[in-house]
Amino acid sequence: MKREFIKGNEAIAKASLLAGCTHYFGYPITPSSEIIHAVANLYPKVGADFVQAESEIAAINMCYGASCAGRRVMTASSSPGISLKQEGVSYMASAELPCVIIDIMRAGPGLGNIWPEQSDYTQVVKGGGHGSYKCPVLAPNSPQEMCDFTIDAFELADKYRTPVYVLSDAYTGQVMEPVEFPSEVKKVKKNDWAIYGDKESKHNLVTSIQMNTTEMEKVNIVLDNKYKEIMEKEVRYSEYMMDDAEMVIVSYGIASRLSRSAIDELRSKGIKVGLFRPISLFPYPTKKLAALADDKVKLFVSVELSNGQMLEDVKIAVNGKKPVEYYGRMGGAIPTHDELVEVLDGFYKKHLG
Amino acid sequence: MQEVLGKPEGFVDNFVRKPGDYPKVTHYCPGCGHGRVHKLIAEAMADLEISDKTVLISPVGCTVFAYYYFDCGNIQSAHGRAPAVGTGVGRSNPGSITISYQGDGDLGAIGTAEIIHAANRGENMTVIFVNNGIYGMTGGQMAPTTLEGQVTTTTPTGRDIDEAGHPMRMSEMIATLEAPVFVERTAVTDTKNIMKTRKAIRKALKSQKDGYGFSFVEILSSCPIGWKMKPVAANQRITDEMVPYFPLKNFKDEIENRSPRPTKTVDPDPNKIIEVLGVDKDERLFKKDQSFIDNFKDQHVRIAGFGGQGVLLAGTTLGYLGMETGLNTTWLPSYGPEMRGGTANCHIVLSNKEVGSPLVEKASTLIAMNQPSLNEFGVTVKPGGLIVINSSTVEGKYTERDDVTCLYIPMNEIAESLGVMQAANMAALTAYLAYSKAFDVDMLTSLIKANFKKKTLIEKNVAVIQKTYEYVKENYLN
Repeated sequence: MKREFIKGNEAIAKASLLAGCTHYFGYPITPSSEIIHAVANLYPKVGADFVQAESEIAAINMCYGASCAGRRVMTASSSPGISLKQEGVSYMASAELPCVIIDIMRAGPGLGNIWPEQSDYTQVVKGGGHGSYKCPVLAPNSPQEMCDFTIDAFELADKYRTPVYVLSDAYTGQVMEPVEFPSEVKKVKKNDWAIYGDKESKHNLVTSIQMNTTEMEKVNIVLDNKYKEIMEKEVRYSEYMMDDAEMVIVSYGIASRLSRSAIDELRSKGIKVGLFRPISLFPYPTKKLAALADDKVKLFVSVELSNGQMLEDVKIAVNGKKPVEYYGRMGGAIPTHDELVEVLDGFYKKHLG
Repeated sequence: MQEVLGKPEGFVDNFVRKPGDYPKVTHYCPGCGHGRVHKLIAEAMADLEISDKTVLISPVGCTVFAYYYFDCGNIQSAHGRAPAVGTGVGRSNPGSITISYQGDGDLGAIGTAEIIHAANRGENMTVIFVNNGIYGMTGGQMAPTTLEGQVTTTTPTGRDIDEAGHPMRMSEMIATLEAPVFVERTAVTDTKNIMKTRKAIRKALKSQKDGYGFSFVEILSSCPIGWKMKPVAANQRITDEMVPYFPLKNFKDEIENRSPRPTKTVDPDPNKIIEVLGVDKDERLFKKDQSFIDNFKDQHVRIAGFGGQGVLLAGTTLGYLGMETGLNTTWLPSYGPEMRGGTANCHIVLSNKEVGSPLVEKASTLIAMNQPSLNEFGVTVKPGGLIVINSSTVEGKYTERDDVTCLYIPMNEIAESLGVMQAANMAALTAYLAYSKAFDVDMLTSLIKANFKKKTLIEKNVAVIQKTYEYVKENYLN
């Protein structure tokens, strides 16, 4: 059925095929494993290629290989697995290889646990591996967006020749909601830089090594210009109850849904509060947040399931013009509705009451 | 004679990718074995007429710049990862030739997992493993193949096998695996051995060309600079010291005994994708009823019980009802180790508005399929809420709360009496729907008929629904 009541993780697997992905390389890890399960089931049925790799490192390097061949390719993992993949992502960023990487975040550091956190923000949004690079990051908060953003991620990856992350969490991966799938498969064009194992493409080279410092710096500048263009053109966010908001909750992914419920209750108490939800985490909607800080908003609160990893970006955008507060839980713990309402109410009273 | 002295066609004419002023010479040190190995590969590529379809992967090590020379598709990769990259690129270009050209630190240390598993999968790949027993490019450190007592920059008093372990024999390890068809160790010390190496490389590449999969050629080679020796003495050292530990021989040749594998194309048909995913049909089980949606009261339902009681299925069934009637619906399960502990529970939110948090902290309804669930979640029910209790497993009345309504439904008995023990969850759902009137019980019946595949199972479940509905009507609906 076009409409399906489906888990976020499974929606990603289906969406990848609709995006024209032909190769999936991955290693199982909770709470992302439904993706690899669905891929193992679906890919062979349609003649796409799936390998359960020996490690996360091997998986991302298989992606590197398939991407060199101009294929749309995806891998998925969860926080500790993403840490392992970072070497490969750095190489791909340098060699300008498109790839879609799904991160279904769990709690850390270390082995942590399988409950939701948003503490991969720093390693995913800021680069993560070695070198001056960044990857576009889309942060869905529902299975429908897991589907839509997976497809968007492939388009972005090809457009900018870069790895792109879909950054989600254990709950958004596990939750089932109705999802409407597109009913056509994206067409994938041949790339003039790729190596197809034929006469026409045999003189292509994919590399990330430049022994000469000037030559390497040229690569760095090319990448930097690309990131500037992405910051100019690919910013995404959504707003809820923002028209007259004095207090703005800045929140993404699953935390944005908890915030939304809290906002509904605070609104019923007459508090002018709204939700600003960054959807692209790189590029971060800094300009929009800055404009809000210049305008009528009097207080910002970053609500996230980490020790304030996104808070830094909120502060950079607000730039001291208005107070910025933070509330978060860690370890896989989720703030209860009452807890969040009370905390936000407290911030409101402290600054605006 | 000219043929032997000329540059093989597998090389580019001028090494234009190489920086500096000498595009005719390689970057390798005098006496280094890589040049010889390169030449043998280039000749084989030309003679087998595969250079157009060859992709050569050069990971970190002295050969990271192999792309200066070979007239084929070139990929530079991370340290040790070439067999994984080769897996990706080889599968993406069916019918192409993949060469993974690796050194000993790369293949035998940092990339051990990748080489073993690529070999074990029998990827279409030829691995050229140049073993010179030292890290050449990085500054002469110990390699996994460094011999006992050999002095390197990280074994200044010689390799101590008690500390650093024994030199690793990679060909022997690879040969124990089932999938590889051809595994041989050779050397590039003298004409005789070079000719043997030439033959091995050709055989390996030809076997890949013919569809036999994975082949592995280990080549003992000298590193005069790393070894701090003159080229001639370095060559002699291979014969005197390395060959006794790393015997030159064929470890495996299964080419004659196996059949070539058909080329596996990866070219999914979009129509097939649409068909398999089933995204071409937009069917709705129920006609959209706007007044039903507008008048729907938010439901926050928690269903809990033992694993095997169909708790999660009851939840998704409720979710489907929400979707099919056009409501917003979320279902969040317990998962992972929590599930393996033998208990299961799920959260379902149904609303005509966008759902914020998918968590049900304060349930409007709790369905407790067993005693522990009632104990744990009974306290979370909103005042005025509903608890549907499985009286087949819960003894006595629930006395903790006097501000909620409790229904006691003998779910197991009802299901068992109709010969379908696993349908106790349908009894639970029916009781909830019959009492709360969130959905018409007939809708549940329609959903079961549409979603369940086995006819007998449909009939039995429908019977459970009917019997439970009668039970609720008789005992709770007056």
